Amino acid sequence: MTNDRPSEKRLEQLREQAWKDGVVTDRGVDVAGGPIPRKPGYYGEPVVRPPVWTWEIGLYFFIGGIGGMSAVIASAATLFHHIDLIRAAMWLAAIATILSPVLLIMDLGRPRLFLNMLRVFKHQSAMSMGAWILSGFGACTVPALIAVELHFHHVFSGALGQLIRIAAAIFIFGSAFFGTLLATYTGVLIGATAIPAWFLHRILLPIHFGTAGLGSAAAWLELIGHRIPALNVLGYYAAGVETALLIWLSLDKHGAADRAIHEHGSGWLIRIGEILNGPLAIILRLLGLVPFAAISFLIGSMVSRFGWIAVGRVSGADPEAVFAAERL
Amino acid sequence: MIGEGIQSSNQRRHSFVKDHVEVGFFTDPSVCIGCKACEVACKEWNHVPDDGFTWSGNSYDNTGHLGASTWRHVMFLEQDRQKGNQIVGSHSLGDGDGEDPFRWVFLSDVCKHCEEAGCLESCPTGAIVRTEVGSVLVQNDVCNGCGYCVVSCPFGVIDRRPEPLPDAGGAFKCTFCYDRQKSGLVPACAKVCPTESIVFGRLDDLRARGVERVEQLRQSGYHDAQLYDPTETSVRGIHAFFLILGEPEAYGLPPKPQVPTIYLKSAWTAAFATAIGSFIATLLAFALFS
Repeated sequence: MTNDRPSEKRLEQLREQAWKDGVVTDRGVDVAGGPIPRKPGYYGEPVVRPPVWTWEIGLYFFIGGIGGMSAVIASAATLFHHIDLIRAAMWLAAIATILSPVLLIMDLGRPRLFLNMLRVFKHQSAMSMGAWILSGFGACTVPALIAVELHFHHVFSGALGQLIRIAAAIFIFGSAFFGTLLATYTGVLIGATAIPAWFLHRILLPIHFGTAGLGSAAAWLELIGHRIPALNVLGYYAAGVETALLIWLSLDKHGAADRAIHEHGSGWLIRIGEILNGPLAIILRLLGLVPFAAISFLIGSMVSRFGWIAVGRVSGADPEAVFAAERL
Repeated sequence: MIGEGIQSSNQRRHSFVKDHVEVGFFTDPSVCIGCKACEVACKEWNHVPDDGFTWSGNSYDNTGHLGASTWRHVMFLEQDRQKGNQIVGSHSLGDGDGEDPFRWVFLSDVCKHCEEAGCLESCPTGAIVRTEVGSVLVQNDVCNGCGYCVVSCPFGVIDRRPEPLPDAGGAFKCTFCYDRQKSGLVPACAKVCPTESIVFGRLDDLRARGVERVEQLRQSGYHDAQLYDPTETSVRGIHAFFLILGEPEAYGLPPKPQVPTIYLKSAWTAAFATAIGSFIATLLAFALFS
C-alpha cells in the first residue's frame, strides 16, 4: 500500500486549520498520480509479493553452504587420510547443522510448529526438500562427528574400534552427500518462485550458492590453520567459478525484468559480493596473501547471499519487472 | 442472474461440496458500482482483522491490494478512455470543446484459486490443500508461517500476517468461504453483491456466461472487453476469473502468470551438476595436490 505519509501529515494540518479558523485558504494535498494514474500497473502496487524473510535466511544460506561443503572436504580428507582436517571439517559441519535449524525456526511465523515441516514429503516443493535434506545432513553429521572423535581419542580398541572407524567413514560420506544438496538447494528454493529477478537466474543461483559454499568451507579451514595445497587449489577453483558467474551475470541481462540485480542497493550488494569472492580472492591468492583471500571470499559470499535476498525484495515489489519478465 | 431473485445462483442453497462440483467466481466490472460490500462481508464473516486505516490517495481505494488481512479488494481505476458507448465530452474546466474521454472502472479482486496453484505446490507442511469444489484452502492450524507460498504465488495474493494482529505469523488468503459452502451457503462476497458483479456458481456455467457477457458488451460498444482467465499458461486456468476492460496490467494482473514449479527442472539440474562438480573438484584437489 502506498503510504503517503507527507500527504497524511498535510491533511492533519488542514483539519487543524479548519477546526481553528473555520476556513481553509491554503493549498490542499497533491494526490500522487491523480486523477488518472501514471504509475505502472495498478498505482504502482506490487504484482507479486516480495519475500517476508528476514536476516536469518541470508545467514542460513551462508552457514548451510559452509557446513554442507565442509562435509565434502571431510570426505575427501577421509580418502586421503588427513585426520586433523577431517576433525576440523566435521566440527564445522556439525556446528552448521545445529545453527541452521535454529535460524530457520527463528524466521518462521509460528516457530512452535516447526515440526510440521516434516509432516509431508513433497518433491515439487523446494522448501520441503530442503527440510528433509537438512534433516538427513544432521542425522549423518552428528553421528559422524561422534565417531570421528571416538576414533581420534582411541576410546575403543580392537574390533569395536574398527567398527567405529568404518561407521565414521560411512556417516562422513552420508553427510557429504546431503551436504552437496544442502549447499545447492537454496538456489533452487529462490530460483523456483514468482520473483522475476530470481526465476530468470534459476540456473546461475544453485551454481553460485554451491560454489560459494565450497570456497567458504575451504577458506574457513585455511583460516583456522589448515594451510594445505589442496585447500589452496579449491580456493582458486571456487574464486574462478565465481568470476565466471560474475561475467555471466553481467552479460545475461533482462532489462527491466531483472534490474534489481544491476540497480539499487541490492545491485551493489551483488556486485560487491561477487568481486570479493571472485577476482579479488584470486588476486590476493596469487599475491600469496592466502588468509586475506580467504577472508575476502567469506565476506563476499555472505554479502552476496544477503544481496540475493535484497534482490528478491526489490524485484518482488516492482510491477514493471513482473510485466517485463512475462513479455520476454 | 439479476431478476432471478432467490433462484439466482448467488442466493439459493447448493450441495456443491457434497457433490464435488467445481465452483468459481465470475467477477464483472461492467456492473460493479464500487460499494465495497464484498470487502466488508468478507471481513465480517471470516473475522479478518483490520490492517490499518491509511489514506492512499489512489482514487477511492484505501485498501491497496490483497493480502493476509484483505481477501477481497475493490480496485478503482481512473482511465482516460471511453467506456462503452459513453458520449464523450470535456470534463475539464476552461476549454469546453475537444474530446476528453474518462472512465471509472471498479473490479473486485480476489484469490484466483488456480488450477495449478503456486502456493499449494510450494507449501512444505501440507497446510494448503485443494477442496472438493476445486478451491485452494490454507489450514490455519497446520501452517507454520515459513513464508514460501508468499513468493510462490504468481498473483501476489497470499501473505504472512504480521504482529500484532490476531493469528499473526500464519499465511492467509481467501478461503472461498469453504465453511459456508460446506453448509450449502454461497460465499459471503457473492451473497451481498448488490449488482451481481460477483457471481458464484458452477465453474462451467460461469465460463459460458463469461463468454456470453463479453460478446454482449462488445456489441454495446465495449470494444476492449475480454476475459482474464490464463488457461494457456502453466497456471491452466483460474477458478475466480474476471471480465476486464482493457489490458490486465492496468489491474495489476500479470499478463502471462506461470506456476513456479515449471522452473524446478532446470534449477535442480543446475543444483545436481554443481553438487557433482564440487565433489569431483574436491577429490581432484586432494588427489593431485596432497
